[in-house]
Amino acid sequence: MSSSNETHLSGAFELRSARPHARTWALAVLLAVAFLVVPFIGDDYWFSAILIPLLVLSLVGLGLNLLTGYAGQLSLGSAAFMAAGAFATYNFELRIPGLPLLASVALGGLVAALIGVGFGLPSLRIKGFYLIVSTLAAQFFIQWALTKFGWFSNDNPSGVISAPPLVILGQDLSNPVGRYLLTLTIVTFLTWVAWNLVRSPTGRSWMAIRDMDTAAAVIGIPIFKSKLLAFAISSFYCGVAGSLWAFAYLGTVEPHGLDLNRSFQVLFIVIIGGIGSIAGSFLGAIFIVLLPIALDHVARAFLVGIVDPSNTENLQKIAMGSLILWFLVKEPEGLARLIEVGFEKLRKRLSRRFVPAVSN
Amino acid sequence: MQFFIEVLVGGLLAGIMYSLVAIGFVLIYKASGVFNFAQGSMVLFSALTYVGVLELGVPAWEALAVALAVMVSLAFVIERSVLRPLVNRSPLTLFLATLGVSFVLEGVAQVVWGAQVHGLDLGISDEPIDFSGVFVSKFDLFAAAVAAGLVLVLGVLFNKTRLGTALRAVADDPLAALSVGISLPKIWVVVWSVAGIVGLVAGLLWGARLGVQFSLSLIVLKALPVLIIGGFSSIPGTLVGGLIVGASEKLAEVYVGSLINGGIEVWFSYVVALAFLLVRPSGLFGEPNVERV
Amino acid sequence: MSDAETILSLEHISLSFRGVKAVTDIGFRVARGEICSLIGPNGAGKSSLFNVVSGVYAPQAGTITYDGTVHRRMDPSWAARHGIARTFQNIALFKRMTVLENILTGRTLHTQSTFLEHAFRLGRARSEAREQRKKAEEVIELLHIGEHRNDPVGKLPYGLQKRVEFGRALVSEPKLLLLDEPLAGMNYEEKLEMSRYVVDANRDFGTTVVLIEHDMGVVLDLAHHVVVLDYGSKIADGSPTDVRHDRGVIDAYLGQVHDEEAAA
Repeated sequence: MSSSNETHLSGAFELRSARPHARTWALAVLLAVAFLVVPFIGDDYWFSAILIPLLVLSLVGLGLNLLTGYAGQLSLGSAAFMAAGAFATYNFELRIPGLPLLASVALGGLVAALIGVGFGLPSLRIKGFYLIVSTLAAQFFIQWALTKFGWFSNDNPSGVISAPPLVILGQDLSNPVGRYLLTLTIVTFLTWVAWNLVRSPTGRSWMAIRDMDTAAAVIGIPIFKSKLLAFAISSFYCGVAGSLWAFAYLGTVEPHGLDLNRSFQVLFIVIIGGIGSIAGSFLGAIFIVLLPIALDHVARAFLVGIVDPSNTENLQKIAMGSLILWFLVKEPEGLARLIEVGFEKLRKRLSRRFVPAVSN
Repeated sequence: MQFFIEVLVGGLLAGIMYSLVAIGFVLIYKASGVFNFAQGSMVLFSALTYVGVLELGVPAWEALAVALAVMVSLAFVIERSVLRPLVNRSPLTLFLATLGVSFVLEGVAQVVWGAQVHGLDLGISDEPIDFSGVFVSKFDLFAAAVAAGLVLVLGVLFNKTRLGTALRAVADDPLAALSVGISLPKIWVVVWSVAGIVGLVAGLLWGARLGVQFSLSLIVLKALPVLIIGGFSSIPGTLVGGLIVGASEKLAEVYVGSLINGGIEVWFSYVVALAFLLVRPSGLFGEPNVERV
Repeated sequence: MSDAETILSLEHISLSFRGVKAVTDIGFRVARGEICSLIGPNGAGKSSLFNVVSGVYAPQAGTITYDGTVHRRMDPSWAARHGIARTFQNIALFKRMTVLENILTGRTLHTQSTFLEHAFRLGRARSEAREQRKKAEEVIELLHIGEHRNDPVGKLPYGLQKRVEFGRALVSEPKLLLLDEPLAGMNYEEKLEMSRYVVDANRDFGTTVVLIEHDMGVVLDLAHHVVVLDYGSKIADGSPTDVRHDRGVIDAYLGQVHDEEAAA
């Protein structure tokens, strides 16, 4: 008879590590702070330059993680799907008067999802690296189409579009706090959805395809459907993030900011944060957003006179490249794993101090 | 008709330039199974080193020697700090690592040598030669000859020398190669050095064409369709792939692009590559993978 | 054996890989509810046959008749949907997923809820999740792998992995279970345990089992029916005792000893 474990037959799933309660509490506190405290203590710079892009990049990272981290389909087209979503939302807002903002964003996401499925179709025949050809094609093609065909940007002579007013239920959200809360709400909601998906049969099908697709087919997982679904949902997330990027962060969108470099940036977010980890997407985004700022401070503090400050971009490149190498060698599962390991060590230390066992 | 031939020939020759970069990829892929995204940065890095040293007043041949030495040292560094620690990891991890390497190389190259465009003169002018009405650039022909020469030399290296056999053994099964006494680190240094030298050749030619500047490293993005069409593991395949990409791209741009606002060169070769992948996943000359469960 | 009693029938199956012949003109029948063992030296073509039945490989010739339907080539999804489950010689588990998650994937075909219901945790998704969890836990308990349920399978020892793979196949409530060397790499006790699980599955659930196995002792204990392969061809087919005394089988395993003894 099985000795140690009673079977847990609760309807809710268990988390992978053994401490669900501590984590859920931490998450609740974090959310409470984010929603209830930050709006009152943050200043405009923090909202506009740090928190909002951080949230948006986390969302894209999450989208890419679902596709690459969970479903195992490599993609270098995240920025293209962002652009698709942003421009689609803009056009919906523009051409369908009276359409609520959230509906436009959702529709924009859907358009991005459809495009994602289109470029994801080759994944049914092509595996591994070769798949990056498809998403790279998406990246180049979409950027080209959005620049070349004026219709997308309402024939604006500069090809750059400015954001429509952010009004939800009569509330004007165009100030920094408003934009922050809008972004936070959407990102929180979509993260919850991603969390559910990942722990459901859908998520398990993805991971099965990632780990061994021949076996997955043999046990009856619909490979075709699952792969395309991964592309669809991932692109939806990227599309929504794109709309937020344009309307909540920059106030404008032009295709150049959502180019291959951006796609690489998202890939780095996922690698550094942790492939196949939802928390990792956030950690990676935090890292990517804070790194240039940190480097800037370091350069100004220590390297004045040694290195030309105009070289900061190149220094960032070197730092980024080195960090990626470091992570790949030392901790391939990224920051998420590093932190998890850190907490485990901390927990062990603490539990050794307080010997009477705290029942789980 | 004349115009068509000119565009075609121009495209073919442009394609050969892509092949030059792709050859470096194939080398590393053939010998280590790694898809080296940093190849483009190596092209840039090597060319910048040459030009930078040249601008310091060093005579051409010595500058060349310096650039070669730098690329070989780079191979040592990469083997030690990247390849060795990641020896048993998945191809994806290695690819991501080369991504990291490319960033470091680009950053270092530009911090050291500056981000401005450097002119490069190889002594071969771009003047057009008249082939009964069709004008072909002398420089392009030279580049094509160089590429063909490289392919020949490398073909001989891989198939007729002991080193080549060792390289192929390592690519096929590193553990088995180890067990017959082949030193993996040595082989990798050799391969990456050769790839670096090939990169230098490509860098010099491209640099003479475009000027030595950051956008050189973006040529890697053009090399990818070449590899897919030609096959990742075939050196002659890069020539064929390059010809196809170059020609189709130019023809499409001229004949189709004019209908839809132009600029389709950015994505056309990718779409062609995609079509190839769907029909022949291992490229024209590559080896298909048989998966046994 | 009548057609109604036959769950699986292979006829004239030939399979080759780029010129290398794996299997030549093989045919045999498996009766519903029996434990059939495929034996033979390495390279005899046993795993290839499994791959043909589960649809991983398409044979160059021959047909597969499963539960009355004839197939020139089996489709893996069709096979799974109609109750064929299997394990692999080299363990085809999803290495980065936990034991529990791997076993849950075995319930994929019993999942009706769509991704939207999963995304928003709507009613049917939750009740299905509970039911799937219950079935998985039953199998986990049966196979005594409960203490590892949250461990990534890639980190587990070989014998445990084999058990998890067996569990994943079992949890889908299959009609036909194909086990590719389920006892390989196990010590004596583990083999006893695993054999018992196989027998339990067959007896309690009526699952027909075809297993590839090398250990003749195990085969004689477990199987109702034995098929012997050698160099891609069938050399014997019958009850364990018949096969044990078959000349051809003895030749294949023991060489020409009996001829010399006879001559002496």
